[in-house]
Amino acid sequence: MSGIAQNAELDLYEYNPYEGRPKIEWPNGARLAFWVAPNIEFYELDAPTNPHRKPWPHPYPAVPGYSIRDYGNRVGHQRQMAVLDKYGVRGSISLSAALCEHHPEIIALCAERDWEFFSHGIYNTRYTYGLTEDQEREMIEDAMATIERAVGQRPAGYLAPALSHSNHTIDLFAEAGGRYTCDLFHDDQPTWVKTRSGKPFVSIPYSLELNDTIAYVVQKMEPRRYGEIIRRAFDQLYAEGAESGTVMCIPTHNYQVSCPHRLRAFEEALEYITGHSDVWVTTGREIAEYSLTALQEQIGGGARQAT
Amino acid sequence: MSDELFDYPQRHYGMDHDRYEWSMLQDRMPVAWPGGKPLALWINISLQHFPLSGEKPVVAPPGALTMPYPDLRHYTLRDYGNRVGIYRLLKVMAEYEANPSLAISGTLAVRYPQLLARLAKTPYEWLGHGWNMLCMHAGEVDAETEAGWIADSREALEQFTDQPIEGWLSPGRIQTANTPELLVKNGFTYQCDWVNDELPYTFKTTEGDMTCLPSCLELDDVFVLTQNLHSEDSFAQQVIDAADLLISEGREQGGRMLALNLHPWLVGQPHRVRTVREMLEALLVERGEAIWHASPASIIEAASA
Repeated sequence: MSGIAQNAELDLYEYNPYEGRPKIEWPNGARLAFWVAPNIEFYELDAPTNPHRKPWPHPYPAVPGYSIRDYGNRVGHQRQMAVLDKYGVRGSISLSAALCEHHPEIIALCAERDWEFFSHGIYNTRYTYGLTEDQEREMIEDAMATIERAVGQRPAGYLAPALSHSNHTIDLFAEAGGRYTCDLFHDDQPTWVKTRSGKPFVSIPYSLELNDTIAYVVQKMEPRRYGEIIRRAFDQLYAEGAESGTVMCIPTHNYQVSCPHRLRAFEEALEYITGHSDVWVTTGREIAEYSLTALQEQIGGGARQAT
Repeated sequence: MSDELFDYPQRHYGMDHDRYEWSMLQDRMPVAWPGGKPLALWINISLQHFPLSGEKPVVAPPGALTMPYPDLRHYTLRDYGNRVGIYRLLKVMAEYEANPSLAISGTLAVRYPQLLARLAKTPYEWLGHGWNMLCMHAGEVDAETEAGWIADSREALEQFTDQPIEGWLSPGRIQTANTPELLVKNGFTYQCDWVNDELPYTFKTTEGDMTCLPSCLELDDVFVLTQNLHSEDSFAQQVIDAADLLISEGREQGGRMLALNLHPWLVGQPHRVRTVREMLEALLVERGEAIWHASPASIIEAASA
């Protein structure tokens, strides 16, 4: 166990006001780095119950929750993939690692397209809550090794499974060779994250506000309004990007955005965004690597803090 | 934390259970609907009885009574569907020569024989829909009790129709671990509770295979209007957007299916029934060339041809 107490205030990053920051310029002079993060998840029908969080609101078998998520893999995945292909977007997949074993056909389709695979834990029904540091290290390593075996490259990013965290999550992921986190929502630019190992590590904006599941399940948005808020977010970040350099992410789920009554709103938003010239359409890994190499100073980090 | 949290007994190729095989819609043999139409449309109307009294089930169905006894406001709002809403919907369906299926709480056959006799005069296919909306097929209901609900539901409906009753939609689309086996034992050949696909597929039980014809929760009127609180106009727009996308996919990739589920207690209200009419106009008239509107049993038959 590390010495961090439960309920401690974590010292993850320096306060750094948006106003007055040095400008970020993306490759080829782009003012906005745009990425799409499809969550490709596997939820277990009969998951063991973590005392801190139940996997399903319904008793076993939780047909309603399980079956719509299975729909995402059976029906939705290829539907969203076709739209991303059409607009030249390579997905950065937030991947339940066990999906490499359950549904290798999906992994193959994404690998053919040179999509990025980052870790989203083993299953979205296995949480970080209550794990010892060793147990969490084991879970993080299992997921990374599983993905590396399947696609030949170790994941660079982490979105903790079902957004469940511990005090150690980010430290452990950096120590396992990770380069960036999607778990922090404090900024529209990359931020240097302080880890106990001091390894270069960055937070890449992954928007919860534009996350389709938040929009559709929590905010209960009408599909066309979701398309509209994506365009509004883009307009603002694109305009500001000329001065600051911004990141925009659309996190998606194949059981939400790929439903036939919703795909059109997403497609129209993608068409709009990719129709602008000064947009770097990229992946989470590429934004992270560029940030950690070319932008160390702008993101508040660099050698002076990596001691 | 216990070691059980690190056991992964089902971590292997395919699904983590034995109910059906893993496959992606787009990788299967294309389905051809009659007339070469790209989209099959299945409309289901669920006729439901929500008892005023009785023990609350472990899972509340959508539309459940919520107030202390006697919850007259919700009881009568649901009863409205069986007294007024359904007759309004039957009229609109007839006007558009629509062919919906009817999923019917078994207890309605006892309570409202006039209603069942009227429904029996339509050519519409009937589905079992449980005994009533408190008899939820969920959690630890013992198999004998559940078997009784299923058998009673079938028997009650069969008193009013000579047509075969092949299909089943559970209240709230939830099941116990025993439901599929009990359905097969009671003569049901398909169920609609697993919303994981857009075409029928083989669903395995220890009593033999059945079909799952996936209904669609995301475009269910109760889900869209009462849970998401979307407007009626948005509901119609969503259905039409779905149809257009599926028609386009169906032309390129093989037949697709749109499943629409309606409740007389909700869309049978006077301010909502025009939305049903607008949907039927958009689907059956404006897109009639592209849409094969059929009963669920016919859709299953055509998909397996």
